[in-house]
Amino acid sequence: MSELDRFRDDVRAWIAANYPPSLREPLRVDSPDTPWGGRKTRYANPDVQVWMDRMAAKGWSTPEWQPEHGGAGLTPEHARVLREELAAAGCRPPVISFGLMMLAPVLHEFASEEQRRHFLPPIARGEIRWCQGYSEPGAGSDLAGLKTRAEDLGDHYLVNGQKIWTSYADQADWIFCLVRTNPESKHGGISFLLIDMASPGIEVRPIQLISGKSPFCEVFLTDVRVPKQNLVGKPGEGWKIAKRLLQHERASISTHLQTGLGGSPAGRPLAELARSYAGERDGRIADAHLRDAVARHEMRSEAIALTLRRVQEESGKQGPSALSSITKSLGAQHNKDKHELMVEILSLAGTAWDGAPFTDEEVEVCRQWLRSKGNSIEGGTSEIQTNIVAKQVLGLPD
Amino acid sequence: MALVLDQDQALLRSTATQFARERLPVANLRRLRDTGDATGFDRDAWREMADLGWTGMLIPEPLGGNGFGHFGLGLVLEALGRTLAASPLLSTVVLSGTALTHASDAEPARNLLRQIAAGETVLALAHEEHPRHRPLAIATTARRDGEGYVLNGRKRFVIDGHVAETLLVVARTAGADDDPRGLSLFLLDGATPGISRHRLSLADSRNSADVQLSDVRVDRTALLGEAGAAGPVLERVLDVGRILLSAEMLGAAQQAFETTLEYLKQRQQFGVPIGSFQALQHRAVQMYTEIELARSVLHAALTALDEDGGADVPRQATVCKACVNDTFHLVSNEAVQMHGGIGMTDQVDVGLYLKRARVAEATLGTAAFHRERYATLQGF
Ligand SMILES: Cc1cc2nc3c(=O)[nH]c(=O)nc-3n(C[C@H](O)[C@H](O)[C@H](O)COP(=O)(O)OP(=O)(O)OC[C@H]3O[C@@H](n4cnc5c(N)ncnc54)[C@H](O)[C@@H]3O)c2cc1C
Repeated sequence: MSELDRFRDDVRAWIAANYPPSLREPLRVDSPDTPWGGRKTRYANPDVQVWMDRMAAKGWSTPEWQPEHGGAGLTPEHARVLREELAAAGCRPPVISFGLMMLAPVLHEFASEEQRRHFLPPIARGEIRWCQGYSEPGAGSDLAGLKTRAEDLGDHYLVNGQKIWTSYADQADWIFCLVRTNPESKHGGISFLLIDMASPGIEVRPIQLISGKSPFCEVFLTDVRVPKQNLVGKPGEGWKIAKRLLQHERASISTHLQTGLGGSPAGRPLAELARSYAGERDGRIADAHLRDAVARHEMRSEAIALTLRRVQEESGKQGPSALSSITKSLGAQHNKDKHELMVEILSLAGTAWDGAPFTDEEVEVCRQWLRSKGNSIEGGTSEIQTNIVAKQVLGLPD
Repeated sequence: MALVLDQDQALLRSTATQFARERLPVANLRRLRDTGDATGFDRDAWREMADLGWTGMLIPEPLGGNGFGHFGLGLVLEALGRTLAASPLLSTVVLSGTALTHASDAEPARNLLRQIAAGETVLALAHEEHPRHRPLAIATTARRDGEGYVLNGRKRFVIDGHVAETLLVVARTAGADDDPRGLSLFLLDGATPGISRHRLSLADSRNSADVQLSDVRVDRTALLGEAGAAGPVLERVLDVGRILLSAEMLGAAQQAFETTLEYLKQRQQFGVPIGSFQALQHRAVQMYTEIELARSVLHAALTALDEDGGADVPRQATVCKACVNDTFHLVSNEAVQMHGGIGMTDQVDVGLYLKRARVAEATLGTAAFHRERYATLQGF
C-alpha cells in the first residue's frame, strides 16, 4: 500500500470519527449555517462551529498552506486526496469566507512574511471574518475614482471617507480597504490597507435591499488611526493588488453561481416545480411553453457546466484560460434567468413575501429572485466585464 | 472526458483547416453555384479527402477504415464548415455509413462500407418526407411481393439524393404514420426502375433532392437487417448526423464570427473603427460566448459517440443540435447586420453563411424540436 493510500485511509477514518452527523444535509444557498467564521457570526446549528474547529486543528481548512500560515503543509497530491475524501463523504466546507476566497490569495502574493503569519492563520481557522471596502458612493464601476483618504502621519495612517455596498460589514471583524494615499495620481495613488472594524471612528449602517434582507452596509470612517504595518505592498501599489483580488473574487463568484445550475431553494428540480404548479398532462408538464422554457434552461445549464469544466481543463493544460473572463457574467445571467423562470412557474405564489399560507420554498423563491438581480452588479457589473472581454479577448479598439 | 484537444487532434484540425482554405475555399461553392454544376461538389477534392483518410474515420480497419472516430471526423467537418465546403461526407460517411454499420453485418453492407472508406461511392439516406423534421412520419410503404418488396412513396430533401449511386430508403413494412415500429431500411441501386430523382434548389446551393418511388421492385436482399427493426438504427443514425452536422455548423459560425470581428476592426465610420462602439462590442462578446458554449457541448457530444456505450447519446445529440442551431442563427444574423449594406450583397460571403445556417438549422431538427425532444427524454 502506497503512502498516499495510507493517507487516504487515515483521512477516511478521521472523517468518520469527526464529521458531525447533523451536517449531513447539503448546505443551502443563503443558509444561516453558512460557515462565515468570525467573532460575531452565530449559527442555527452549533455543529457548524464544531466542524470548523476540528478542521482548523488539523490545518485542513487550507491543507496546502504552510503550518505557520494556518495550514497543514500538504503536497498537492495529499490535498487532492483530502478533498476527494471530503467530497465523497458529503462534507460541507468548514469555512466559506471573503478572507479565504479574496484576501488570502493576495496576502500570499503581496504581503510580507510577517503579515502573512499574522493575518493568514485566523482566516484559515475561521476566527476573523473580513469584509471588502472597495466601492464608494462616487466610485463603483469607475473604482479607481475612489476618494477615501489615508494620510501618512509617521507611524500610522489617518483614514477619512465612506465605503458603500460593503457586504456583511456589520458582521465582519476586519475590512480590507482601498484608500487614496496620493490625490495626484488616479490609479497610482491607491493603497491597500487592512483595518480593524473595532477601531474608533468607524460607523456601520446596514442598508435594506429589495429582498428585504440587509446583507450590505455603508461604512463611515472618521479619523480612523491605522498602524502602518497594516499596509499591504508599497504605498501606491493598491490598484495592482485590487485588480488581482477582483480576479479571485470573480472566479469564486463563478463557482458560486453554479448554483444557478441546480433546482429550487428547496432543492427541487425545475421540471418538478413546473409539474406541481402547472399540472401534468400525459405525464408531462401540461403547459407547453413552460416545458420549452425548462428544457431551454436545463440545456443551457449543461452547456455552462461543460464550459466551466473546459475552463478548468484548459487552465490545467495551458495556464489561465481566456474563457474564464466570460464565466462570471454568463453565470450571473443564467442564475438570474433561473430565478425569473421559477417566479414564472410559481406565478402569484412566486411573489409570496411572507407568512401563511405560503411555504418556505415560495417565500425563498421570491426573496432569492430579488437577490439574484445583484449577480450582474456585484464584483463588477456584467457591462464592465463585457467591456473587458471585448478589449482583452477580442482585441476590439477603445 | 476530453474537452480540450490532444496533439493528434490538433494536428488533424490544422491539416483539415489548411485543406479547406486551399482546396475548397468559399469561391469553390460559388463556382459550383454559378456554373450550375450538376454534381454539386468537387469530385477531385472528394478523392483527396479519401486519400487523407477522412472517408474511413467511422469505419473499422478490417473494412478499410482507420477507426479515427467521431471526434476526428467532427474536427474535419468543423474545418470544412469554415469555408462552406460541399462534400458527401455527411450523406455518405456519416448518415449512410452509420446506417450500414448498425443495420446489418451481412456482405452487401460490408462491401459498401469498404467502398465508402475508399471514397469510391456516394450514398444517400432517403428518409424525410416533410419540410419539417418529423423522423417517424413515414408514409412510404414496402409491400411484400412474392420473394421481394414493392416500394412506393416520396422522399424529400434527401442530401446528395440526385447524385448517390445507392439509396438507403426508410419505408414502412408495418404500422401507421408516426409509429416507430414497422420501419425498415432498404438498399436500392439508384438506377432501379421506378425511381425518379429531382434536384432541389435551396438557398445554400448545397445538394438536396426529392426522390419519387413508384412501384419500385426489389428482391429480398435489398432489405437491410430485419423487417420492422429499423427504428432504433434510425434513431442512432439521426443522432450521429445531428452531432456531426453541428460540427460543420460550428465551424461555419466560427468563421462568420471571425470575418465579422475583422470587419469591426477595419471598417471606419465617424473617424473611428466601428468596433470601438460599445453597442457592437457587447454583441460581439455575446457571439463569442455562445460559440464557446456550443463548442463545449459539441466536444462532449463527439466524445460521447466515441466513448459512451450509447446510453447518453440521444440526450447529448439533442442538447448539441439545439445549442449549435441557436448559436449559428444568432451569429449569421449579426454577421449580416454588422456588415451594413455590403452585408446584403452577394459579393461578400456573410450572406452565404446566413443561407447555410437556415438550411442546416432545419436539417435533422430545429432548436424547438430538440427542446421538446429533450423534455421527452428527461421525462417531463
Ligand atoms: C449584492 C452586492 C454586493 C456587493 N458587495 C460589495 C462589497 O462587499 N464591497 C464592495 O466594495 N462593493 C460591493 N458591491 C458593489 C459593487 O461592486 C458595485 O455596485 C458595482 O461595482 C457597480 O458600481 P455602482 O453600483 O456604483 O454602479 P455604476 O458604476 O454607477 O453603474 C450603473 C450602471 O452603469 C453601467 N456602467 C457604468 N460604467 C459603464 C461603462 N463604462 N460601460 C457600460 N456600462 C457602464 C453599469 O454596468 C450599471 O449598469 C456589491 C454590490 C452588490 C449588488
